[in-house]
Amino acid sequence: MDDEFPTRDEDELHTRLKAYEGRAATVAGVGRDPVNAPMIRHWCEAMGDRNPAYTGPDAIAPPTMLQAWIMGGLSGHGGRARAYGELLALLDEAGCTSVVATDCEQEYLRPLRPGDEVTFDTVIESVSGRKTTKLGTGYFVTTRTDIRVGGASAGTHRFRILKYAPAGHDLKDRDQDRNQDGDRNQDGDRNQDRGRQEAARRPRPVVNRDNAGFWEGVRRHRLLVQRCTACATLRFPWLPGCGTCGSAGWDTVEASGEGTVYSYVVMHHPPFPAFSPPYAIGLIELAEGVRIVSNVVDVPYDKVRIGLPVELEFRAYDDDSVLPVFRPRAGEAAA
Amino acid sequence: MRAGDELPPLEIAITRTLIVAGALASRDFQDVHHDPELARAKGSPDIFMNILTTNGLVGRYLTDHFGPAAVLRKVAVRLGAPNHPGDTMVLRGRVEEVEGDTAVVRVTGDNGIGRHVTGTVTVTVPGLAPTPAPDPSDGRPGGVG
Repeated sequence: MDDEFPTRDEDELHTRLKAYEGRAATVAGVGRDPVNAPMIRHWCEAMGDRNPAYTGPDAIAPPTMLQAWIMGGLSGHGGRARAYGELLALLDEAGCTSVVATDCEQEYLRPLRPGDEVTFDTVIESVSGRKTTKLGTGYFVTTRTDIRVGGASAGTHRFRILKYAPAGHDLKDRDQDRNQDGDRNQDGDRNQDRGRQEAARRPRPVVNRDNAGFWEGVRRHRLLVQRCTACATLRFPWLPGCGTCGSAGWDTVEASGEGTVYSYVVMHHPPFPAFSPPYAIGLIELAEGVRIVSNVVDVPYDKVRIGLPVELEFRAYDDDSVLPVFRPRAGEAAA
Repeated sequence: MRAGDELPPLEIAITRTLIVAGALASRDFQDVHHDPELARAKGSPDIFMNILTTNGLVGRYLTDHFGPAAVLRKVAVRLGAPNHPGDTMVLRGRVEEVEGDTAVVRVTGDNGIGRHVTGTVTVTVPGLAPTPAPDPSDGRPGGVG
């Protein structure tokens, strides 16, 4: 695997990650169950391990089960310190949402036997620089766990995971899509749906402070145009200030929905998921004088022409998305 | 036993059952170890074996060979090519060094797509004594069987 040339943002992220080295990942953790014969038997059956040392009245647990006794299982961990969750959340935010375990180094200091109550402490030992692997780009996080029974050391468990952005998924800007869903299992994450491909759905509108009023209007089937409260100039698309006088004050007027095709293009290539080329995209001049880009529907793409009178329609896509589109005004289609 | 000795290989059929049973026996409920759809969503062609199962199989390989009196001291594994259902992994071992009754064994596990695991195991075998190197003067062919 090769290091990539880090950008300043990556350096900054790595510095933040390195700050977690030496911090506790679990303090005074307690195994979910005492060492017990049923779990040993399940393990041996799964592994096909018929070693007689693991059965009978003097049974010991298979030493390689060490980590199994400290796994959180379905209900997660109890004694996990905040630092580890924070570290994983930082990586999630950076787009490194997938996890794979890469290394496990264990030393067994005394055998574990049914009835033994396991306690453990885990420390974040190291965080690597950014690495690119076949799986994707990410960071190796190494933890070291000391496992005790009755206060006496029973073993150590060093564990390395790669937290990575799957190949083909870019590392993201950190302030996008914050996801801090806290507790994880020892060798995995919970972002099960991240990266799953949506089945050809349209892109969602990007709603922000400046255009939220527009999309709220669309939701109520009203096409709202901004009007400067200082000079009364209409503007579209929505912007924080007036392009004519510079005023930040505004109110809205509802468009009548009447318009004409001011210009258009026909999209042939490249195809995008959820869109079937060829299709026409119009620059519609509304009766109020501002222009809006949208699809021209209910007319063959090669019949769209400049000057075609159109009217607004709110059309639902993908069940949950409403968009303003334009269709030829009655009597005007395919003229 | 002496350095250079090779353990007989152990073939492990990587069944879906082994992967799922190993994950659950190790209390590892990560979806990639039991849910093919979610594994694919994360870019894997299918579910894959978790590291704890690999660790358990490596331990079993050593104790199968050295017998129930053998005591595992250290097991260190590094994973490479994942174990997917339908594959076969062949574990191989080679004694790297012997000191008293303790041996260090280098383990590899290869599957159909590459090297799944490389590992080092330190194991104590009571009564184990290093076999003297063959006497080159005794006329028999040397080497390891």
